[in-house]
Amino acid sequence: MSHFPTDILYSKTHEWMRREGDEAVIGISFFAQEALGDVTYVETPQEGDTLAAGEEFGSVESVKAASELISPVSGTVVAVNAVLDNAPETLNSAPYGEGWIARVKLSAEPAGLMDAAAYEAHCAAEKH
Amino acid sequence: MTELHTPLTAWHTAHGAKMAPFAGWLMPIQYEGIVVEHEQTRARAALFDICHMGEFRVEGPAADAALAHAVSHNLATLREGKCRYGFLLNPAGGVLDDCIVYRFGPDSFMIVVNAACAAGDFAILRERLPAAVALNDISDDTAKIDLQGPQSLSVLEQTTGQNFHDLPYFSFRETVYNGVPLLVSRTGYTGELGYELYLPAAKVLTLWENLLDDARVKPAGLGARDTLRLEAGLPLYGHELDGEHSPAEAGFAALLSSEADYVGKKGAMNIRERLIALRLEGRRAARNGDVVALSGGVDVGRVTSGSFAPSLGCAIALAYVEAAAAEEQNFLIKAARNELKAERVSLPFHTRGTARMKFA
Repeated sequence: MSHFPTDILYSKTHEWMRREGDEAVIGISFFAQEALGDVTYVETPQEGDTLAAGEEFGSVESVKAASELISPVSGTVVAVNAVLDNAPETLNSAPYGEGWIARVKLSAEPAGLMDAAAYEAHCAAEKH
Repeated sequence: MTELHTPLTAWHTAHGAKMAPFAGWLMPIQYEGIVVEHEQTRARAALFDICHMGEFRVEGPAADAALAHAVSHNLATLREGKCRYGFLLNPAGGVLDDCIVYRFGPDSFMIVVNAACAAGDFAILRERLPAAVALNDISDDTAKIDLQGPQSLSVLEQTTGQNFHDLPYFSFRETVYNGVPLLVSRTGYTGELGYELYLPAAKVLTLWENLLDDARVKPAGLGARDTLRLEAGLPLYGHELDGEHSPAEAGFAALLSSEADYVGKKGAMNIRERLIALRLEGRRAARNGDVVALSGGVDVGRVTSGSFAPSLGCAIALAYVEAAAAEEQNFLIKAARNELKAERVSLPFHTRGTARMKFA
């Protein structure tokens, strides 16, 4: 699978969102999981939580570090990926698939996100 | 600042390692991933580039008595061919470095020290040893690679064609491999059966590659080295050991058996805080510097190392707490994002390590 799939949009802080009608699935990018290394814990939001675009909605820990998750969208959490509780490494192995983090019912139209080409350029710039 | 390179840096880069600065050196943190390298070491064998560490030779008339004055190691009971763990102390008994002393002869030794401390250690040792005792820094010419894991003995024997079954824990032997002098020491920093291998820096690449030719061996980086040593309950200088804490506070009172009047001896047994081992409730880790409190909420100390422990499936930590609190069972760690419940346990965290395995 591509490290920059084209069916999703990306944030500068390396989260992604896949639009599905009035909902969006959110997660972290391949670039993000690679920078983190082996993920050992994911603090996910809970169903019913309200997320605001650009604000923290959880955190990810790897062996070496912890970092915040920044929501790419605004809305209400309607589902959380329970797989991550016991298999947080799924974030490493399938960041765009089984490693999704939450499903959100959108309260506002997503804005300020990048398409795959723009995000790939953003990652290339961050590497240097 | 430009980091120093080991003789293997080019190899690491060519083999996809994630490199990062450590103690002034550019070192491999991981190749495939910290967790797989950790599991590889526990289950089979892994090879670590530890060339950044410092090696000094101490030789000359009365080197034995002089060194016994300079470091905490009990040299009176250290026989030729054996090595021993101990400390370089400041006059107050705080730890300047932890180091292993190897005895080659009545007045001939090698000291292996931490990379970050090496220059300071050398200056202090030179000051403490009389001029008649030669102190030579052989770090630049000496490579050190660690072969660690339950299959390390078999791998080492097959690669070298030599027998090492008769080498007990904390013993070493000088041998020759491919025409090159090789020191094989049955020591390590992972809690597993393993060997620290010292040889001329210019010759290390061949041995490194020959060991990796064995399908049971994979390279491992400093990331896995850290999770392995933490599970084994082994201290890391700058975390569990520092100039503010005595060896006794770090749990090493039993090692302080030297009858020599070594520098820092009086303060070495001082106890103000105690290092404790904590097992956390979940996978979420505490980190260096997090405040440790009693379950009632009173702050009693600070985390020195913390990580998710791959072999245990939960997070673990080491922490210094006020001596009066060190017998408590339940603690609360005030981590960056929330409070984590922790239970005091005994060391090592990982109890199935093979380091001390005996071969009849």
